[in-house]
Amino acid sequence: MSDTIDLNIRIDHLTRVEGHGNIVVDMEAGELTQCKLEIVEAPRFFEAMLEGRLFTEAPHITCRICGICSVGHTTAALRAAETAIGFSPSRQTVQLRKAMLHAEFIQSHILHLYFLAAPDFLGVGSVIPLAETHKDVVKRALRLKKLANDACAVIGGRHVHPISLVVGGFTKLPTVEELQGLRDTIVAALPDVVETVALFKTLEIPHFLRKTEYISLKSDEEYALYEGDIYSSYGVMLPPRRYRHVTNEHVLDHSTAKRTRTAFGTFMVGALARVNNNFDQLSEGAKAVADELGFKTPCFNPFMNNVAQLIETRHCIDDLVAILDDLIATGIVDEIPDPQPKAGRGVGAVEVPRGILYHDYEIDAEGILTQVNCIIPTGQNLSNIEADMRELVHEVIDEPKDQIALKLEMLVRAYDPCISCSTHILDVEFV
Amino acid sequence: MAKPRIAFFDFACCEGCQLQVINLEAELLDVLDHVDIVTFREAMSEKSDDYDIAFIEGSITRASDIPRLEKIRENATVLIALGACATIAGVNALKNRRTPQENLRIVYGDDGDKFETFPVRPIDQVVEVDYYLHGCPIDKNEFLEMVKALLMGTAPKQWTSAVCVECKLRENECVYDLGRLCMGPISRGGCDAICPAYGNSCEACRGILPDANIPSMVEVLKAHGASEAEIERRFTNFTAIDKLVQEMEQPQ
Ligand code: SF4
Ligand code: SF4
Ligand code: SF4
Repeated sequence: MSDTIDLNIRIDHLTRVEGHGNIVVDMEAGELTQCKLEIVEAPRFFEAMLEGRLFTEAPHITCRICGICSVGHTTAALRAAETAIGFSPSRQTVQLRKAMLHAEFIQSHILHLYFLAAPDFLGVGSVIPLAETHKDVVKRALRLKKLANDACAVIGGRHVHPISLVVGGFTKLPTVEELQGLRDTIVAALPDVVETVALFKTLEIPHFLRKTEYISLKSDEEYALYEGDIYSSYGVMLPPRRYRHVTNEHVLDHSTAKRTRTAFGTFMVGALARVNNNFDQLSEGAKAVADELGFKTPCFNPFMNNVAQLIETRHCIDDLVAILDDLIATGIVDEIPDPQPKAGRGVGAVEVPRGILYHDYEIDAEGILTQVNCIIPTGQNLSNIEADMRELVHEVIDEPKDQIALKLEMLVRAYDPCISCSTHILDVEFV
Repeated sequence: MAKPRIAFFDFACCEGCQLQVINLEAELLDVLDHVDIVTFREAMSEKSDDYDIAFIEGSITRASDIPRLEKIRENATVLIALGACATIAGVNALKNRRTPQENLRIVYGDDGDKFETFPVRPIDQVVEVDYYLHGCPIDKNEFLEMVKALLMGTAPKQWTSAVCVECKLRENECVYDLGRLCMGPISRGGCDAICPAYGNSCEACRGILPDANIPSMVEVLKAHGASEAEIERRFTNFTAIDKLVQEMEQPQ
């Protein structure tokens, strides 16, 4: 009966997402004439800002692309700069960086699950009314979030924007005692994670399936976050320096964010892609969470990205404890970062909460950045989000308009889009 | 007394300063007992144009931002610039080194001419600002102090001393002794010298003090081996737009 339906949905400045975007859906006589996620965030030009700066400045400038993924941008910048000058960081440096990145995953996922996604499931507009009706839930969310902030403060000075992470290593190292204290706090927080799983078990995730390509990093060593090769669920594996084969950026008029697609069409990056692609390498605790929440790979329901985030939260907590145990056992050795400039090019491909982040730098013999390209996860997901929106509209077309609008909002939020990140770029006419 | 109504708005920025507010965690719940947050797009769906205090995050980067900001100024009794992007244009001002057309070309190549942008401005170049919360990011405790002062009707503390002062009080090892350059001697304090405390340089994210001695800062940097280009970079990390710097660049 949908062939007689007219539908217009316009949600301006979508709330509870990071950055500014509009949802626009127009259907005339059952024919979808428009179905898009418009990105209207103001452009920021980081790539242009970086050119002419010193390679050692890149982490501190690019972390300001996004407050929530601050450690992620720092890490991608460090890895791009170090690859360009041919420097290999020490094992201790890598372990500490991984710990920071894990903490950011925990914080970002918790923030998204409790503050941005959960209100839809509980039928409220934000976490603020929940502070009265579900005070214990909100307190638990804040405790878990704080954990991540504490970890980042001990290792990097603060989460937004880390201070001691520099090309070559750390300007200040945590003490073994500080790491021990951190470890104890994290272990003490495990019951909060268990409670979180119990809460999300009671929330009904919309049933919606659309097969797509999942792209994530992959490594033989571990569940790939800090490093790995680029892997597609269609069986393609590429080294990071060949990222353009996957990302292939292009510009659309209605979006200030660059977007990407592969030869196969649209693809998804982020928690769901990672859990689908690397399930076997998750911690046992994380696999148990998957089991409890009925997650089976491959999972083609984008709404399950929320569940995948929860699985990863548990994984990051378990692995963070393992990293800290390792650092405590080996002890902290004094190291002074002293990176020397050298002409070259380097690509840093790092998993951040919303998917793979690429920084690609070319530097000259004096260490000046001459060419910079940053590709942000949400830009990679945009086309896939719209493909899901189109299919979802057809599936729910018989429901009342406000229900359709809510489902579309929930779908977009499930991706946890980070629009401030994706618009390091341009602006079109302000719609 | 009715609770004051607070709204948050963001322009071009990383939203890290809003995150710092959420990072207040436990204290955030106490704040909520004393104020009503009526607009906070990053965290809530409810919105309202009826508010007393507006916190503005981010820089003004395009013509369409101006009427939006003017409207907020009209609605708000008190307007506060939240973070370096809003107070001094922060890292965003780095793009002012080039013309808007060049920026578009670098980021977008031939597609560049489809888009609109102009040189970045801090908030107070567009509307009147009542108070400033400096920093990239802001210090969450300073935010809390500001809210408390506003609730009690007292004037919020605004910093007038340099980062160096707090750094020495905190007994940090001076990063110049570690072979790094530092803008602490002329930078507005209030952050408890957090960067030197973690072994790194102060990058003047809170702006340059109005009475700073710029020539002597330049001499210190030179004496520690900084080239002209390096000095220029140090002065343009966060403070590219700072009036003092602009004056300094003009031949006397
Ligand atoms: S001042 Fe810094 S932390 Fe705050 S919004 Fe701007 S870039 Fe982000
Ligand atoms: S580290 Fe910087 S702020 Fe601290 S005393 Fe030295 S110059 Fe001053
Ligand atoms: S030490 Fe300098 S750069 Fe660091 S927070 Fe303070 S003012 Fe900003």
